[in-house]
Amino acid sequence: MVLTPVSIIASSFAVILALLVLTPIVSRNQRLLIIVGFSFTTISSFLATAAGVWTVANGTISQVVIPLGLPDLPFHLRLDVLSGFFLTVVGLLSTFVSLYSIGYVNGFLGRRSITSLVVFYSLFLVGMQLVVLADDALFFLIAWELMAAASYFLVLFEDERVENRRAAFLYLVVAHVGAIAILLSFGIMAGLATGFSGFQSYTFDAMRETELPAGLATAAFLLAFFGFSAKAGVIPLHVWLPEAHPVAPSNISALMSGVMLKTAIYGMVRVIFDLIGVFPWWWGAFVLVFGLVSAVLGVLYALMQSDLKRLLAYSSVENIGIILISIGLCMIFTSFDQSLLAALAMIAALYHSLNHAMFKGLLFMGAGAVLHATHERNMDEMGGLIRFMPWTSSLFLIGCLSISALPPFNGFVSEWITYQAFLLSPALSSPLLNLLIPLGAALLALTSALAAALFVKAFGVTFLGHRRGHHAHDHVHEADWFMRIGMVLTAVTCFGLGVFPTFLINWMDPITEYLVGDTISSSAAGFGWMWLTPISHERASYSAPVVFLGIFAVVAITYLLLHTRSGAIRRAPLWDCGFEKVTNRMQYTATSFSMPLRRIFGFLFSIKEHVRLLPETAHRAFPEQLQYHLRVRDRFWIWIYQPIADASFWVSRRIGRMQHGRIQIYLIYSFVTIIVLLIFSK
Amino acid sequence: MNSTIAAQLNSLLAALILLTAFALVVQRRMNALLHIFAWQGFLLAVSTAIVGFVGGAHHLYISSILTLSVKVMLLPYILHKLIQKLKIHKEIDSLINIPTTMLIGIVLVIFSYHLTAPIRELSTLVTRSTIAVALATFMLGFLMMITRKHAVTQIIGFLAMENGLLFAATSATYGMPLVVELGVALDLLIAAFIFGMFFFHISTTFDSLDVDQMARLKEED
Amino acid sequence: MKIHPFLIEVAQVALLLFLAPLFAGWVKMLKCWFQGRTSPSLLQPYRDLSKLFSKDVVLAENASWIFRFTPYLVFGVSVMAGSIIPTLSTDLPLSATADVIVLVALFAIARFFTALAGMDIGTAFGGMGSSREMTIASLAEPAMLMAVFAVSLVGKSTSLSQMTAVISQGGHAMLRPSLVFALLSFILIALAETGRVPVDNPDTHLELTMIHEAMILEYSGRHLALIEWAGMMKLYLFVVLGIASFFPWGIALNDDLLVVFTALAVLVLKLGFVGVGLVLIETGLAKMRIFRITEFLGSAFLFATLGMMSYFMLE
Repeated sequence: MVLTPVSIIASSFAVILALLVLTPIVSRNQRLLIIVGFSFTTISSFLATAAGVWTVANGTISQVVIPLGLPDLPFHLRLDVLSGFFLTVVGLLSTFVSLYSIGYVNGFLGRRSITSLVVFYSLFLVGMQLVVLADDALFFLIAWELMAAASYFLVLFEDERVENRRAAFLYLVVAHVGAIAILLSFGIMAGLATGFSGFQSYTFDAMRETELPAGLATAAFLLAFFGFSAKAGVIPLHVWLPEAHPVAPSNISALMSGVMLKTAIYGMVRVIFDLIGVFPWWWGAFVLVFGLVSAVLGVLYALMQSDLKRLLAYSSVENIGIILISIGLCMIFTSFDQSLLAALAMIAALYHSLNHAMFKGLLFMGAGAVLHATHERNMDEMGGLIRFMPWTSSLFLIGCLSISALPPFNGFVSEWITYQAFLLSPALSSPLLNLLIPLGAALLALTSALAAALFVKAFGVTFLGHRRGHHAHDHVHEADWFMRIGMVLTAVTCFGLGVFPTFLINWMDPITEYLVGDTISSSAAGFGWMWLTPISHERASYSAPVVFLGIFAVVAITYLLLHTRSGAIRRAPLWDCGFEKVTNRMQYTATSFSMPLRRIFGFLFSIKEHVRLLPETAHRAFPEQLQYHLRVRDRFWIWIYQPIADASFWVSRRIGRMQHGRIQIYLIYSFVTIIVLLIFSK
Repeated sequence: MNSTIAAQLNSLLAALILLTAFALVVQRRMNALLHIFAWQGFLLAVSTAIVGFVGGAHHLYISSILTLSVKVMLLPYILHKLIQKLKIHKEIDSLINIPTTMLIGIVLVIFSYHLTAPIRELSTLVTRSTIAVALATFMLGFLMMITRKHAVTQIIGFLAMENGLLFAATSATYGMPLVVELGVALDLLIAAFIFGMFFFHISTTFDSLDVDQMARLKEED
Repeated sequence: MKIHPFLIEVAQVALLLFLAPLFAGWVKMLKCWFQGRTSPSLLQPYRDLSKLFSKDVVLAENASWIFRFTPYLVFGVSVMAGSIIPTLSTDLPLSATADVIVLVALFAIARFFTALAGMDIGTAFGGMGSSREMTIASLAEPAMLMAVFAVSLVGKSTSLSQMTAVISQGGHAMLRPSLVFALLSFILIALAETGRVPVDNPDTHLELTMIHEAMILEYSGRHLALIEWAGMMKLYLFVVLGIASFFPWGIALNDDLLVVFTALAVLVLKLGFVGVGLVLIETGLAKMRIFRITEFLGSAFLFATLGMMSYFMLE
């Protein structure tokens, strides 16, 4: 067999197919099923990653037509640089999560059947890979649906609880509303490709060739943006994210947050830059504004949470917002023909997609390990876990450092490139944009700082201090080896992406060449592999290895100097300014940590705070017990979703009047229909 | 001093005038408001003098002296006496909170900049870039009148608007004819006296100068 | 006579390490003079540090490795930051490794770990300090970025050496409104970030008014020495950053020995003046309520935005 990217990806699918065939045979022994199942998915994901890396490195485009599907409407597949990049993103995280799952899924053994998990997991991976490979509208939507349906069943894995079922249902509804919008968008583009006659124009190639008139192009863009935003979790279509991600098993949450949201980004980039191609500047401003809103509101909502996984889900909303910010900037630069700056912004967007997949995957895997050990999702019941789970806490810390955009990890590199793109906006010739875009940069800085606060809270409340809740911590154990390997590999990738950015940017060259027609690697890596110098050396430069080594060197020297000559360390009880009766309850909880921010930004949420004295007869100055009740609600529920739900119920009640349950009325309906048809058939 | 230094100095003064306009909108304390208003008048007078020197329009010197005497010394003095006599509170409430007001102010500045872009293309004067600032000062004065709940701040807002207009006239056309300027200055003085009398009456009727109280004047139905 | 740039780098780091406590001592001395008290000696901070280094470290029983690691990391990050900002000369080899955005991120690392250390012990003070510190930081970041943006528009670069070189060669730079506004904004942000009055009182140990002190309450011995030293270095670094961005005349633009010595003398003079200015601000203002800090930092953001806008509007 010839070794090409297409053959590699085909073998990846073959492995999954083999797994699906083997599953009924092995499913008797659930332990074996876990090991076999997730090993196969690891191998398959690794092959997909290899195919993706190779495609982008070579810059090749391969197209395949599969004669499945409807008659005269075969499936088209295309493996080009953009698909290859997202295939890498999907495959890389899937590899690590599959390894992690071998250990994690053991926690479900004996309580329920794992077979459905393994089957739908494989189908989910296949769906995501097919989405980025699809080259016609029909196949794309089929793959999209496969991805949505498989993930629905995965979210619904623990279906005995009502809130899990509700969350999965909400997810399904929003996913399908989005799918309808995407379908309509493809419909407009396909229709225009043939002038609304015939079916042959459903391929992406046909859509690429067509020039869309301005009005219809805008309609197609808006529909596609709406549809993909529903899947990506952009505000205001984000409501399913914080419901669905926490209830799914943690390895699934890692995949959903890490890579499923990126397939929506893939869709947006494909439609806007590849299929439509030419657009006015206000589209970019539109995307930029939505990105900014999602970023700021996402992180603020996350700060209000005390459920660890919900916090991470809202944080995904924030990061998708950041990716959209970069895409919006890229669109603005493209519409002003600044292709070099557009390439810079596009690199920022794609780099952040990869980074987010890595660190969010790591964070969810860590949260899964904590959940596995403590059976708790509420941070206010946790604390002090760093002593019992040293590996998990260190790896989770790496995830927190990466997502807070701190050097030398990967989150900082993509943020740095985004800021450079913002700072180059004075090159635009529109004075209005010159003034408004820097304000966007300020909002991005706000988001970034709030994200750091968020992850101090997440790590601090979960792992540090003492146990905050009522339950004892004796049976808390560290994660097992497979979970550790998955997390370690992801953490190493985060570090590598942070310290060696030039290699990645060189590798991503063909992508920007294809999408916006220019590359930055000649300038970005032009000063040597150690220096990241987008645009030019005098303009800005960052050398991640040197910064890391510098800090490491100083820390090591100081430690050695001080340790060799000083005395030993004495352990003693807490000082706490001499206060003797320190209890666990006096620590800051998740809710109290974010109190100042809740006060400052509270006008953005619907907050109800209630304090009650117990017993009622006690005087306010001498309370014995206090009952504190806090409820923070998403305003979008109240403004958008509640009215829509109410309206649809109202309409269906009206229409429901047609159903009387009495046979005579139904017979009358049939009778009237026959008479009407007889009249009109004359 | 040559033209470029004058232009830079003028830009700096324009920026400082904009700063005082913002400070007027967000400041809470009465005495501070008067001080800032006096500073705004002073900066305006200096700017007018510089423009007069560079552009060769000598009547602007007279305009500058007029601004200095009326806006920097006379009006603040009158208002100060008024505040003392009516025993007005030192702190003023505002309709919307301070950070929101600042944000609205920034939006107004961007709007003024965008609006005056065509004038900048066409003008050949040294002061063309400051027209945006002048319009922004006018708008911020108006914003101050809307968002503050006290009658005295409304007159200061009105005067700040007039400052903006004067600055706009200086930057766009090197000032208005002298007769017009004298007329405007006289009108301002009379307005100040009339306002003073009205404040005295309002204060005795309502026991306060809070404009929310004056909502009682509407017809009950 | 030329010096090797590497020597300039080493000299700068050495200056950072030894001038920072001296500057802290100078500020303390001036503050006492202004308040009519007798001041401690100018060299007192050195004595304090050496005392702390020789003392035992007493750790809480439940303190984890993060608590022990943080002082070293904060110290290392401050030294790294000091090697980027041009104080003596713009001919710094390490200046190309990090620009001003990286500098802000370096301070963020120090703050992140200090906040974690505050939460590590599990006392109410630590959590309070961490919570307030992260809130103030998140409000100061947008303002800091806008100020940086305004200066980088004038300096046409985000690399600190480039910015310093361009501004010092610009001439009449102080007349540019964008820089004036950016300077005002920078002063406010520096007060917030270094924890001076009116945001946080560095002399207080009253529980309800502490922010920075609350996070480091449990430290002792050499750990506390490193953190105190890093705190003094942070103040020094912000002052030097302001000098490099707004008053860079005197900083050598090449590596000629005579020019570098002059730069040293000019630096000491500027530090003296800045100390006076800082003490005037600290003595003249009162510490604000925590929730008034929003307006304070909002004004900083406003100034920075006005600076950025006046670059486009007026220049």
